[in-house]
Amino acid sequence: MWEWTKVVAFGVITLLAALAASWARDLAFQVHAVIVMLVSAGMFIWSVRGLDEAPAPLPSGYEDGVIRYGVIATAFWGLAGFLVGTFIAFQLAFPALNFEFLQGFGNFGRLRPLHTSAVIFAFGGNALICTSFYIVQRTSAARLWGGNLGWFVFWGYNLFIVLAATGYLLGATQSKEYAEPEWYVDIWLTIVWVAYLAVFVGTILKRKEPHIYVANWFFLAFIVTIAMLHLVNNLSIPVSLLGSKSVQVFSGVQDAMTQWWYGHNAVGFFLTAGFLGMMYYFVPKQAEKPVFSYKLSIIHFWALIFLYIWAGPHHLHYTALPDWASTLGMVFSIVLWMPSWGGMINGLMTLSGAWDKIRTDPIIRMMVISLGFYGMSTFEGPMMSIRAVNSLSHYTDWTIGHVHSGALGWNGMITFSALYFLTPRLWGRASLYSLRLVNWHFWLATIGIILYAASMWVTGIMEGLMWREVDAQGFLVNSFADTVQAKFPMLVVRGLGGVLYLTGAIIMCYNLWMTAFGKQQTAAVADDSAIPAE
Amino acid sequence: MDLYSLLRELADSWGLLALFVFFLGTWLWAFRPGSRALHDDAADVVFRHDDGPLEDDATNTNTRSEGQS
Repeated sequence: MWEWTKVVAFGVITLLAALAASWARDLAFQVHAVIVMLVSAGMFIWSVRGLDEAPAPLPSGYEDGVIRYGVIATAFWGLAGFLVGTFIAFQLAFPALNFEFLQGFGNFGRLRPLHTSAVIFAFGGNALICTSFYIVQRTSAARLWGGNLGWFVFWGYNLFIVLAATGYLLGATQSKEYAEPEWYVDIWLTIVWVAYLAVFVGTILKRKEPHIYVANWFFLAFIVTIAMLHLVNNLSIPVSLLGSKSVQVFSGVQDAMTQWWYGHNAVGFFLTAGFLGMMYYFVPKQAEKPVFSYKLSIIHFWALIFLYIWAGPHHLHYTALPDWASTLGMVFSIVLWMPSWGGMINGLMTLSGAWDKIRTDPIIRMMVISLGFYGMSTFEGPMMSIRAVNSLSHYTDWTIGHVHSGALGWNGMITFSALYFLTPRLWGRASLYSLRLVNWHFWLATIGIILYAASMWVTGIMEGLMWREVDAQGFLVNSFADTVQAKFPMLVVRGLGGVLYLTGAIIMCYNLWMTAFGKQQTAAVADDSAIPAE
Repeated sequence: MDLYSLLRELADSWGLLALFVFFLGTWLWAFRPGSRALHDDAADVVFRHDDGPLEDDATNTNTRSEGQS
């Protein structure tokens, strides 16, 4: 019965999508309707072909198939996101790269949200989904709940990414940073996210371990809070059911506050809480030592989620937002420094008694530098949230540098180390294809981040100072174009940092590919595990 | 009182107090006497079930450590 229901549903969706494509009010909606139609038609054929197959025996063991797909998707979207990021970095240095024939599709304004969503939601999101599925099964000693629902979450989420990405290129955006997708894409993500929550909570509920391991607490906070943020920040009314344009329910400063409540908690719960879940599992596993202090991890969890949710107003200093609200955001941002560093110390001290692994194990080294960048950016962030500092740093490239030391350093590096950890285990290999290549990746990425962050500090503080410089008569000294000209060398260095980071990621993908699908490695390669420190 | 003022008042009085007390409670809970064994056991979970899920039969109960209530 269920099989037939699926066939009918896919058929109906295909038909409706075809109608929507033909009646569409704008190009983005039309393209999206065609994508939905093609996907649905493919699913229709696939489910018809499966109709007379005997039902498969009940599977046992862990559900790792969807995690393998997640690892591949993470690596793929990572490459795509880093590539677009590097390209738009050079577009800022060399405006001629906004090619005339790509106007309206491939200029900076269209590619920038493509880059941010590709790295945060596609790369980071797939990493979070696949690692959370891996971790919740192992720490609950239970198979993933919901049968094929895990597959729905994976494919549904990636369909969301394709719709979001194509929408940006075609101009469908509600102009909210990190929440650009339009109303129907938001509704689809809501459905997928509820399924994700159900799979995750379902697995926890049937756990065989009495305790819910701390990594799962962080993942759960991430899933629940992102659901809440997504719903509130995307309250909008479509202009037409056959068009991509919608109108926000909030307006003015309420809309701005809602947006940055969303925006900063996307950082706090998507890029921090979720990735801390990864940290609390993979660092102890790779170090082969339990986490330094489990009590500290409990305090870390509650302190982090209690504080982060208030930090958003620091994005709106010196705006129409009331002073008390912006002070509140500033104070909570500064207090937030403590749980952040508590978590960093907890991760780093997990290595106590095994510090030699930093020298011998490049994956541990990646985790350590990831925690180092976590500590650095969670010190820099509270500092930049102080109103006086913010008056210098806001709207400058310092902010961009801060975001990237967190994103490339903390999120990128912990994800890379998780991928290096997962790939041999998921494909049943004794070890990685090459640890030497991990080492190359480590140094390329690290030098890339340093070039990026350092050049953005210099150029950000420089342009901040140039904007506020006044002469003896009180006139502004510099025009905006003066700052653009002065920034040129640093913008080139930033682009080169991106090239190094991207090169490292390409090496990683080769290494992971050879681990998973290459020839079984010989003993000689496995001997590589004790490479000397640089 | 309009909704804004009400929420504003609640946020920096009873709401703040309730959240703060809850937060202090998490410290007391984490450091309560006798939690050490439980936490050591929980920290070890990551090393236990790499090969496959525990099934419902009784043969696997020995992999759970003692000290649980």
